[in-house]
Amino acid sequence: MKILAFAEQRDGKFKKSAFEATQAAAGVAAKLNAELITVVVGNSLDGILSDLGKYGANKIIAIQDPHLERYSTTAYAKVIAETAQKEGATILFFSASQMGKDLAPRIAAKLNAGLASDCTAIRIEGSEVIATRPVYAGKALIEIKINSPVKIFALRSNVFTATPRDGAQVSIDNVKPELTDGDFTSKVIDVKVAEGRPDVTEANIIVSGGRGMKGPEHFQQIEKLADILGGAVGASRAVVDAGWRPHDEQVGQTGKTVSPTLYIACGISGAIQHIAGMSSSKFIVAINKDKDAPIFQIADYGIAGDLFEILPPLTEEFKKLLGK
Amino acid sequence: MKCIVCVNHVPDTEAKIKVGADGKYIDKAGINHILNPYDEFATEAILQLKEKNGGETLAITLGGDSHKETLRKALAMGVDKAILLKDDSVRDSLSVAKALAEELKKHTPDFILFGKQSIDYYNEQIPGMVAEILGLPSVTAVVKLTVEDKKVICHREIEGGQEIVETTYPVVISAHKGLNEPRYPSLKGIMASKTKPITEIQPIAVAPVVETITMFKAQSKQAGKIVGTDAAAVPELVRLLHEEAKVI
Ligand SMILES: Cc1cc2nc3c(=O)[nH]c(=O)nc-3n(C[C@H](O)[C@H](O)[C@H](O)COP(=O)(O)OP(=O)(O)OC[C@H]3O[C@@H](n4cnc5c(N)ncnc54)[C@H](O)[C@@H]3O)c2cc1C
Ligand SMILES: Nc1ncnc2c1ncn2[C@@H]1O[C@H](COP(=O)(O)O)[C@@H](O)[C@H]1O
Repeated sequence: MKILAFAEQRDGKFKKSAFEATQAAAGVAAKLNAELITVVVGNSLDGILSDLGKYGANKIIAIQDPHLERYSTTAYAKVIAETAQKEGATILFFSASQMGKDLAPRIAAKLNAGLASDCTAIRIEGSEVIATRPVYAGKALIEIKINSPVKIFALRSNVFTATPRDGAQVSIDNVKPELTDGDFTSKVIDVKVAEGRPDVTEANIIVSGGRGMKGPEHFQQIEKLADILGGAVGASRAVVDAGWRPHDEQVGQTGKTVSPTLYIACGISGAIQHIAGMSSSKFIVAINKDKDAPIFQIADYGIAGDLFEILPPLTEEFKKLLGK
Repeated sequence: MKCIVCVNHVPDTEAKIKVGADGKYIDKAGINHILNPYDEFATEAILQLKEKNGGETLAITLGGDSHKETLRKALAMGVDKAILLKDDSVRDSLSVAKALAEELKKHTPDFILFGKQSIDYYNEQIPGMVAEILGLPSVTAVVKLTVEDKKVICHREIEGGQEIVETTYPVVISAHKGLNEPRYPSLKGIMASKTKPITEIQPIAVAPVVETITMFKAQSKQAGKIVGTDAAAVPELVRLLHEEAKVI
């Protein structure tokens, strides 16, 4: 039996979620006594491929071509699905990143495979892979299994571990894809990168602000704390709708789903739609002057006070601790 | 220009979720359903395409009779016609996608709009699957859409930025928040929606392959520790994060 993991790279660098997917797939392969094939798609990637060995990959198929340097949904889906078919892989792992969520459904349709999106846990029962995923804004969880011959799982970022171990030997199989113009019916022509801070979906620490921040000018305090902690800035929908913050910072049901190690909510009440996006954070800190705010129901630690009194000394205290 | 939106009917986000007697799905009794919020962006997008380029608009949903409510909302916003692929059986994304694709084919659309995801199961699967089945390009999580002649330029959200994607129509697009401001149905629109046609069609049957084994309520977390009520609590909070939680 063969298992395929797709290891996403952008700009010649692997995403952390690529290591998470590889390591999770390696774990499943070990339990099912299966062979793991890790697939990488792009161009000029020779220098980074062996990094995957540290996360349990031993056989890598690298599909490289100048035309694949930039992402194309149609072309990437084609080369990955063809590899899965050629190798006879029956279980495929993706990360539920923006690329993974774009690719996996197309590949599922190509392979007539069932797809489990945004899984937060995977376990093996007999020979069955069982996935857990949150539904209804995280109010409930379901366990699902897939009954088609080919099964695809996309794993939520930041939930599965990626711990490097001493790299085992990797074998690298370079494959030159056969592609025509017709395979690039959609293609990325440019990428606009927001400078500076990490994205909320990838950050280990998020400092998030809500309507309690009183105005866009006060978000400086959030940014400062985020920068000291090397974290991302998040926002509630209330402040995004008010135009105080860009909508790519919005956390919640109509924003992004995040699972950082630490989520610091400042002046956020904790509406169910906000919690939907951040309840899988490992530690939650709430700063809110209303001690009955629902955010305290899910917070690990809280200060029930005025954030304008608390944020400056908090930032100083972290600065001291981190020697910055 | 022929523009179609596929819409889903989902529980209101405020709804209290109770696991049903079967232990696999929610108990739908007493739950208010709404047009999936992302599908409002998709609906607005096809209305704007028609306003700019002329043509006609159509909304399609697959589901039971209750899905008509959601079609009425799309019609009230201004969509011309609606189709209910009437089917109450348990389906997974692939089986919904196959049935939608089968119907979509008949209409030779230029633009097929979807929401980025349904807010019940957060699957984010159907747009890509439908595009693949129809052999069309797809762009998902789109926050900006421009059409010049045959060329379609989409901005799609990625981690820490945006990808600018070039494609041509016919195309499948999934709408993200930020694409537009969905209009509220006007009183006139609401009145008109009552007389606009909803055609009922029996969709093709496709057995699901993704099986729910069990559904359970998320364990509510133990409320945590309130460390204090003012700046005096700051050192203790930082100590807890450093020594107890070990996250800093
Ligand atoms: C379909 C739908 C989808 C939605 N999607 C999202 C989503 O994706 N994300 C999201 O966030 N919301 C979403 N919402 C909105 C959500 O219901 C809430 O309205 C929103 O989260 C509230 O934002 P907030 O907590 O910033 O503001 P508020 O609820 O107004 O809370 C502000 C908080 O700040 C506190 N505060 C005020 N001053 C201070 C001070 N000086 N010091 C300390 N604390 C202070 C107050 O006590 C209060 O708790 C959605 C709603 C709907 C209907
Ligand atoms: N039953 C359905 N009928 C029509 N369109 C649907 C249905 N379910 C989902 N969709 C569309 O597919 C999008 C993505 O849904 P999903 O893949 O379920 O997250 C939704 O935003 C809708 O536009």
